[in-house]
Amino acid sequence: MTATAAISPTPTKALALPRGLERWLSPLALVLLWELGARTGLIPARILAAPSTVAATAWQMTVSGELPFNVLVSLGRALTGLAIGVSVGSALAVAAGLSRLGENIVDSPVQMLRTLPTLALTPLFIVWFGIGETPKIALIALATTFPAYLNLYNGIRGVDPKLIEAARSFGLRGWDLVRHVALPGAAPSFLLGLRYALGVSWLMLVVAEQINASAGLGYLINNARDFSRTDVIVVCLVVYALLGLTTDAVVRALERNVLAWRPSFIKS
Amino acid sequence: MTRGRGIFAWNRPAASVEAISAAPVVQVRRFNRAFGSTAVLRDLDLEIAAGEFVALLGRSGSGKTTLLRTLAGLDPADIESVRTPASRAVVFQDARLLPWKRVWRNVALGLSGDDARERAGAALTEVGLDHRLDAWPATLSGGESQRAALARALVREPRLLLLDEPFAAVDALTRIRLHELVLSLWRAHAPAILLVTHDVDEAIALADRVLVLGDGRIAAEETVELPRPREGGPAFQALRRRLLRHLGVELAAPRPGEGELVALPGGKAQS
Repeated sequence: MTATAAISPTPTKALALPRGLERWLSPLALVLLWELGARTGLIPARILAAPSTVAATAWQMTVSGELPFNVLVSLGRALTGLAIGVSVGSALAVAAGLSRLGENIVDSPVQMLRTLPTLALTPLFIVWFGIGETPKIALIALATTFPAYLNLYNGIRGVDPKLIEAARSFGLRGWDLVRHVALPGAAPSFLLGLRYALGVSWLMLVVAEQINASAGLGYLINNARDFSRTDVIVVCLVVYALLGLTTDAVVRALERNVLAWRPSFIKS
Repeated sequence: MTRGRGIFAWNRPAASVEAISAAPVVQVRRFNRAFGSTAVLRDLDLEIAAGEFVALLGRSGSGKTTLLRTLAGLDPADIESVRTPASRAVVFQDARLLPWKRVWRNVALGLSGDDARERAGAALTEVGLDHRLDAWPATLSGGESQRAALARALVREPRLLLLDEPFAAVDALTRIRLHELVLSLWRAHAPAILLVTHDVDEAIALADRVLVLGDGRIAAEETVELPRPREGGPAFQALRRRLLRHLGVELAAPRPGEGELVALPGGKAQS
């Protein structure tokens, strides 16, 4: 006891902050430097607004209802596209994963299409769907179909054949086999695909909202650009980041529930 | 307990002399199986009586598991040469519990009816796992997993229970306890059992009849008439010696105060 106390590094107590707090020190310093630069005129407001100005703008936009309204519009677009994309991708993956016929019909066209950068389709989508909501949601839906499909398909194909054989020996057939063995076995891969799809959906949202939007975060950013309102742009960027973080946390919570059987979750 | 829904048909009498002399549960006639050009089983004949405990020995690659898989319906077989009861269940070497289902749901897999949980619970109680009903399979030890696998097989009240080296992957102490468990389950429910193993002592300790598979057919057969529990003795040793010889292992003559040395053909020694 006394020996360890003598050895332990206690003299530098002033610097010994908790680990969680330590990690925030450097970002905080950067923000302070940024504020200092803005106040002294080193960083002009038309290049980058001061953090304090950004915070004030965020507050004003929230109180006026402008920010919440546009966030909801963007969120609606992303989630609608995501829901369509993940549903289509999952349906295709189930068809391709469970039957040879489905694999032959579905897998090769999907594998070919996925090599195409979805953003390159934007002009074609505008020609097809105009400049309303449809091309925006269609872009997000298409881009999220692929991660959902690829991961679930691999997940279904990766289910241990020994487990399938055991379940068959206990009389499980057809849909029961899918419900009790194939889908739960593929759940970890599906959730991984869902996380990828979520990330892709935010990315596509940013681009899709550049297409003549009359509401949403992209609209706010475009407007702000025209008036050189860097404070508004930064507010929107922060909101994009927060949305990404929040949805990722939701999927991780989902994983803890759905994958409670995994050894990594049992202990915690 | 309502009739016909008994957990394991508690009231069924243990296999009597009459039951054994009745029609066999398993009937294999001149069965052939080949992988590519390699014949694994050739003109194999096998009968297992109702309630009989049969052990199947064989060197690795002799086709033991192929025969078991055929009887389990996991490998194709023509109906003329292989007859098995519809109610059969397998316990695999690796317990093969579905990791995403709690233990009782694994046991209840494929059962229908509102009393599935009760039946699974009763089966797990019988194998001594009543305290792990709601556990995840990943938290079970090797021995516990095999107990759960036994419960999952027995809850179906099979007429034929197929055991594919189920004790090979557990430690020696656990193995002894699982041997006792299998014997007590067999006495209580009287299924015909085919135990595939490479352990001669295990075969003698458990089975009524020990078969040795060689050259794709039943090369030798020994009826074990020793009273259980069988824990050695001269008759046990003589039987063990004979079975090992059938497997191509000659034992050096035992000298007083010395352990036995097993000489395998090819110069490899195995204890």
